[in-house]
Amino acid sequence: MSATVTETSAPRWLGLWPAAMLMLFFLVPFAIMLAVSVAHRDQSGFYEWGFELDSYARFMSGFFAKVMAVSLSVSLSAAAICVAIAFPFTVFLAQMSNRTQTLVLVVLLSVLALSEVIIGFALSTLLSQTAGIGNLFHWLGLIAEPQAYTPSLFALITGLCYIGFPFAVLVLYPPVSRLDPEIVEAARVMGASGPRAFFGVIVPSLRGAIVGAFILVFVFTLGSYLLPQLLGRSEDWTLSVHITDQAVYQSNLPFAAAMSIFLMLVALALVGLASLAGRDRGAAA
Amino acid sequence: MTELRIDGVSKEFGSFRALDNVSLDIPNGKFVCLLGPSGCGKTTLLRVIAGLESPTAGRVHVGGEDQTELATHKRGMGMVFQSLALFPHLNVAENVTYPLTIRGVAKAERDARAEELLDLVRLPGMGARRIHQLSGGQRQRVAIARGLAISPKVFLLDEPLSALDAALREHMQIELRQIQQRLGVTTIVVTHDQKEALTMADLVIVMKDGVIQQAGAPMEVYHNPANAFVAGFIGTTNLIPCEVADGTISALGHTMPVVDGDRVAAGSGPAQLSVRPDHVLILPKGQGIPAEVTFLRDLGDSRQVMLNADGQELVANLPQGSDVQLTPGQHVGLDFRAGERVVVT
Repeated sequence: MSATVTETSAPRWLGLWPAAMLMLFFLVPFAIMLAVSVAHRDQSGFYEWGFELDSYARFMSGFFAKVMAVSLSVSLSAAAICVAIAFPFTVFLAQMSNRTQTLVLVVLLSVLALSEVIIGFALSTLLSQTAGIGNLFHWLGLIAEPQAYTPSLFALITGLCYIGFPFAVLVLYPPVSRLDPEIVEAARVMGASGPRAFFGVIVPSLRGAIVGAFILVFVFTLGSYLLPQLLGRSEDWTLSVHITDQAVYQSNLPFAAAMSIFLMLVALALVGLASLAGRDRGAAA
Repeated sequence: MTELRIDGVSKEFGSFRALDNVSLDIPNGKFVCLLGPSGCGKTTLLRVIAGLESPTAGRVHVGGEDQTELATHKRGMGMVFQSLALFPHLNVAENVTYPLTIRGVAKAERDARAEELLDLVRLPGMGARRIHQLSGGQRQRVAIARGLAISPKVFLLDEPLSALDAALREHMQIELRQIQQRLGVTTIVVTHDQKEALTMADLVIVMKDGVIQQAGAPMEVYHNPANAFVAGFIGTTNLIPCEVADGTISALGHTMPVVDGDRVAAGSGPAQLSVRPDHVLILPKGQGIPAEVTFLRDLGDSRQVMLNADGQELVANLPQGSDVQLTPGQHVGLDFRAGERVVVT
């Protein structure tokens, strides 16, 4: 009898498999990066193993502090705008017929198949002076002369939101579609107007999901290095662009590794803060 | 005085007619049960009253005011939902006083009201609890307290007790009735449980296919069903095809004279005879209507006997301690107690 039980349940060592994969594909590369970040840069193009904090010291400059600030504010804004659009969108989506929901979700998923390069070039054409929406506004008489909207911070954040939007919807969709519709009706009967029920009941009931979507889009856009170059001005270039620049074009791997580690630490700190904010306050009490 | 008047209300969902010209007057302070099988329109009627559905035709008047076009949140009703719909991000006291918060009532006053309401539903001092820390019965009480927070003119409950186990449900039925009597609030409960309706209500409204079949006091509906559907839905009964001729009822080849107490709500011609299991009498073989015992079971306080009389299935209840000895397959005789026979169409 007991033999049957042991045979049917999964063997214990199976639990080691994900742990091993995590070690192999996350911890080991991270350790290599950590080691590289304190290595000595070889001017001829590579690095020598060693221990020096020169790369970190170089990072502590006004220029890179500004780049860091740009990175964070670009990603935070993109995440905030993305969730602000995706949340009401998902709430309305969940109220539609099953057919429509499936159709919309398939369209959203197909957006994920587009590469960042295609999205970047499409948007830069769409926002350009010669072929972009400026011509449409001019034709409608809204502006005197067709103008370019790229490269700009606006174009960059639009691009990042475009990429982040399907992810935000996919994270929000399951909890939003599971929300008891009677909760909203209860708020309405109790005297809440439509907007009041939305902000007072729907949003707080789904706070965890909203924070989850925010974190996902934030982390996802933080790593984007193509769109800032395609759509942003040089002052909008994020830390990821500079990391790529150092690693690929300047052949300064120790410095790129140091910046990566710093970016990761800051991102982790922000994610930690956000999940703290997203926690049900009752769970702590 | 009439608190709530439903006047010729119909509601269609596409080609489906959920409510068909329903008219109803509900007096002030009454406890009303909307009773019927699922899909009979009882929940739709409740939602029309709450303003969650707008009727295709007809008017809804509350306290003399036409509220048909009034937005839900301006109606000032209390409601308990089937899923309870408590707000998971708020604690018990915040849930209970949510309608007051919306109306801008000051914090001190809200706290006092929360305490008062939690005392009313016997959850004193539980205001700081989280919803997920409560048992099913406690959540039920919180939902009731929240529905009563603004002292509504009309209190609506949609299958409020359906999620509770049998013992707790019975207990909550009594408690809900006591609270309603203490506050005197006009209360409308939707239920599919006829026992619940009979034990709680002042007025039972039986519905089927979007049409009111009968509205009346529980015992009146029980004893004088308006039609075969009501007779079959309220309590257990035997419905037997019969023939009414002047002064007699013929069923299963047996003709009985109508006596005092028999209720014949049908003219001459074919009709249905409704006899409660308690009033099916078992006689020795050879007397009355011949029948065969098919199944026997004990119900605790009585014994249930299933019978077959010429193809017609019948149920009889024998009081416990009855010395009639029966075994399945046995042939017996049947009679229906005079004065307890109901004929409906």
